[in-house]
Amino acid sequence: MASEGEKKAVFDAESVVKELRASFAAGTTKSYEWRSTQLNAMLKMMEENEPLIIAALRDDLSKPELESSIYEIAMVKSSCRMALKKMKQWMMPEKAKTSLITFPSSAEIVPEPLGVVLVISAWNYPFLLSLDPVVGAIAAGNAVVLKPSEISPATSSLLARLAADYLDHSCIKVIEGAVPETAALLEQKWDKILYTGNGRIARTVMAAAAKHLTPVVLELGGKCPVIVDSDINLQVATRRIIAGKWGCNNGQACVSPDYIITPKNYAQKLIDSLKCELERFYGKNPLESKDLSRIVNSSHFARLSKLLDEDKVSSKIIHGGERDKANLKIAPTILLDVPQDSLIMTEEIFGPLLPIILVDKVEDSFDVINSSGTRPLAAYLFTNDKKLKKKFIATVSAGGLVVNDTTVHLAEPTLPFGGVGDSGTGAYHGKFSFDTFSHKKAVLCRGFAGDAFVRYPPYSRGKIRLLKALFDGSFLGIIRALIGWSNSKS
Amino acid sequence: MGIEVEKKAGFDTESAKEVVKELRASFVAGKTKTYEWRRTQLTAMLKMMDENEPQIVAALTDDLSKPELESSIYEIAMLKNSCKLALKEMKHWMMPKKAKTSLTSFPSSAEIVSDPLGVVLIISAWNYPFLLSLDPVVGAIAAGNAIVLKPSEISPSTASLLAKLVKKYLDCSCIKVVEGAVPETTALLEQKWDKIMYTGNGRIARIVMAAAAKHLTPVVLELGGKSPVIVDSGINLQVATRRIIAGKWGCNNGQACISPDYIITTKDYALELVDSFKCELERFYGKNPLESKDLSRIVNSNHFARLLKLLDEDKVSSKIVYGGERDETNLKIAPTILLDVPQDSLIMNEEIFGPLLPIIMIDKVEDSFDLINYSGAKPLAAYLFTNNKKLKEKFVEKVSAGGLVVNDTTVHLAEPSLPFGGVGESGMGAYHGKFSFDTFSHKKAVLYRSFAGDAAVRYPPYTAGKLRLMRALLGGSIMGIIRALLGWSKP
Repeated sequence: MASEGEKKAVFDAESVVKELRASFAAGTTKSYEWRSTQLNAMLKMMEENEPLIIAALRDDLSKPELESSIYEIAMVKSSCRMALKKMKQWMMPEKAKTSLITFPSSAEIVPEPLGVVLVISAWNYPFLLSLDPVVGAIAAGNAVVLKPSEISPATSSLLARLAADYLDHSCIKVIEGAVPETAALLEQKWDKILYTGNGRIARTVMAAAAKHLTPVVLELGGKCPVIVDSDINLQVATRRIIAGKWGCNNGQACVSPDYIITPKNYAQKLIDSLKCELERFYGKNPLESKDLSRIVNSSHFARLSKLLDEDKVSSKIIHGGERDKANLKIAPTILLDVPQDSLIMTEEIFGPLLPIILVDKVEDSFDVINSSGTRPLAAYLFTNDKKLKKKFIATVSAGGLVVNDTTVHLAEPTLPFGGVGDSGTGAYHGKFSFDTFSHKKAVLCRGFAGDAFVRYPPYSRGKIRLLKALFDGSFLGIIRALIGWSNSKS
Repeated sequence: MGIEVEKKAGFDTESAKEVVKELRASFVAGKTKTYEWRRTQLTAMLKMMDENEPQIVAALTDDLSKPELESSIYEIAMLKNSCKLALKEMKHWMMPKKAKTSLTSFPSSAEIVSDPLGVVLIISAWNYPFLLSLDPVVGAIAAGNAIVLKPSEISPSTASLLAKLVKKYLDCSCIKVVEGAVPETTALLEQKWDKIMYTGNGRIARIVMAAAAKHLTPVVLELGGKSPVIVDSGINLQVATRRIIAGKWGCNNGQACISPDYIITTKDYALELVDSFKCELERFYGKNPLESKDLSRIVNSNHFARLLKLLDEDKVSSKIVYGGERDETNLKIAPTILLDVPQDSLIMNEEIFGPLLPIIMIDKVEDSFDLINYSGAKPLAAYLFTNNKKLKEKFVEKVSAGGLVVNDTTVHLAEPSLPFGGVGESGMGAYHGKFSFDTFSHKKAVLYRSFAGDAAVRYPPYTAGKLRLMRALLGGSIMGIIRALLGWSKP
């Protein structure tokens, strides 16, 4: 332990980057074969170590096996398989049309790796959020440093071990550590940084990136609202909300429903339905259910308790509220009609507390969402009303929207996953991962024939006329200009 | 004039806040989101150019002594094309794009919706002050945003003309021009924007991005670098030379972000190349290029001094093989070619951005790739003149730059189907054509589900059976799902 501490204290970020740059410059990561080998190795890594990964996630988060197996491991496997299947196609240059202005010419857009990239992961889905970006970085041909979160240490050290065992460590490295190590990494010059986490650290990451003009992808969070209309299949809606909230790491997920907005005269029905389904899912003593992650650590436990214990809020609890400090457990808790200026309505909850806000008519919910001033990572609407759906899409700005479900858009690789405004910048998943770790290089090829003398000095009125016609793209204009040229000789 | 100065002195943080507040209110009211509004603005911009071309050309003459042809074509005609393309394609760009969904969320449908980002800031440059101000604005309008444009104070005639014309032709409740220098730009940068696009140099770009970081504002940075030209032998030397001259001295006298900065050629070919340059340069600009009307001047005395410093460095001044004449009063430097300057000279270590063209010599042409990559900074553009197919392929493979052109210079800028932007030190993000629309949009993922087909396997209590079934579902194989349903898959 002492030697590990020493190792961390002497962590030399500069030489890590230097080594990776040398590997990249040598062309190691660029070949299709290398990328393919790494992704296959990653698949093998998961197949051969699933129990260990699940155990680490249980260690770090008491994450239920189903969630670990499906929402972490199976998701990364999907990513790998898709990249393996599509990578050749993604790597191909894309032909681009050229116009009269450069005729004759041909053009294409060539994706090339950015170089050496840094992926900084989060603690709540420590396996997925570490490796999913790495899949994209590898597919795009980059060398990668992964910095997993120290708040999920078992997964972090398992990742370090597995990466060293299965992947090419001259090009892919896992650096463990906390603030000092991250700061050391952020001082280096990277070709891209992908950070998943919160807005405060994101500002630090982007400020560090600015020193080197390093582009960033920031996957953050926000208060993801759920609008619940009346006249829906309430049971299905309730189950889907519960699955997205407590079924996703016990509400500790960036796309978890944060709070609900519903009309006054529907609220009671909704609450009854939630209570009913919650009991069906987690039993009468949810503190003892094996199907709920715990709160990750005592800091966050204290943070969530503070939200619950605020004077104007503690009286609004209508379900749950029980806690077990020793085991870092808080029962699924519902609050009704908390004040807009309470702490729980001002910060991202990231836990098992679900406030319900009441409005007169359901259309009022859009103003509630937009008036918060920040755009969330996701927003959800349950309705059968076609017009309401349309208004929702047109009015609500968020990273992504789902109608009649929660969180599942994450699993569709054809959809870009990322935020807007305070919820982040950039996106990934599927081809978007490949694109985000690539530079799209424009390439225009010409021949020596067809040299337009009109470009060249000495400039003249006639040349201006001809060039204008050329830029206009109008053949008639060009002919007229040519005739005018020979007529006026000016 | 006195009143104008007062106005400018008054633009501080409070003024910047007020401007943003007003624009946000306009945006929230939905003004910029309609197709009609966007169409009206772009049409008005076209009208603005049609009715004011002489004034625009005059302002560019004032600021840069830019030749009329360059102003008319490389600034105004380029911008007109941007507007026309946006008007033509905008409806199509604005349409949501269907996305396939998988078994995982079946039954479902999905699309990607382009939303305006909101209120955006565009900071322009002095060398193409008209184009680089309004071309990004076209994209921002097409994408439905409210805009502040901050033109460069180093091209003040164009800046104040832009302020006047925008006010007259465009919707000033949604599109504003703020003139000024460092204090005004700083005040603007303190505000929260939904995107900032900056065109200029790497030093200021770092400041812009650091300011943006405070608000998590995404940025597009269009910078520069040393854009190299590799000249192989066995080519049509006359055409190649003309195209290099057109890209260098024919683009604001070398003061362009994608101007050829320096040439790399083989020792054996260098003299032929130099002779060809001398011949074509005289054909284009005459025997007294300092008097040619077809060359922009150096923009101001700062840059004039900067360029002289590059020329007058000891180890460099002896390497001039053509040109070198200067006229300080009129801020003119003649087209100048230098041969075989040392790699550690100033002229080889900063972006020249002027009418000086060093030629570096190597043994074989393939050595040029290492030379380019050695500098460590990726340029905005790189050029190669060759008829050798293999060399072309190697060039495209090995040289990383914003964009590449084979057998010409700078023209890729005019192709809207190509993203225009840098990589590494030359910038981040891109625009032109649809890329402009995209860069000022948020691509919002939307997934639609119905209440039918609810997968009970998602829900607690979790069981081994549910786990098996979910694995099969995520694996996407129908057989896998059937097997799991029948209890035949691995636990």
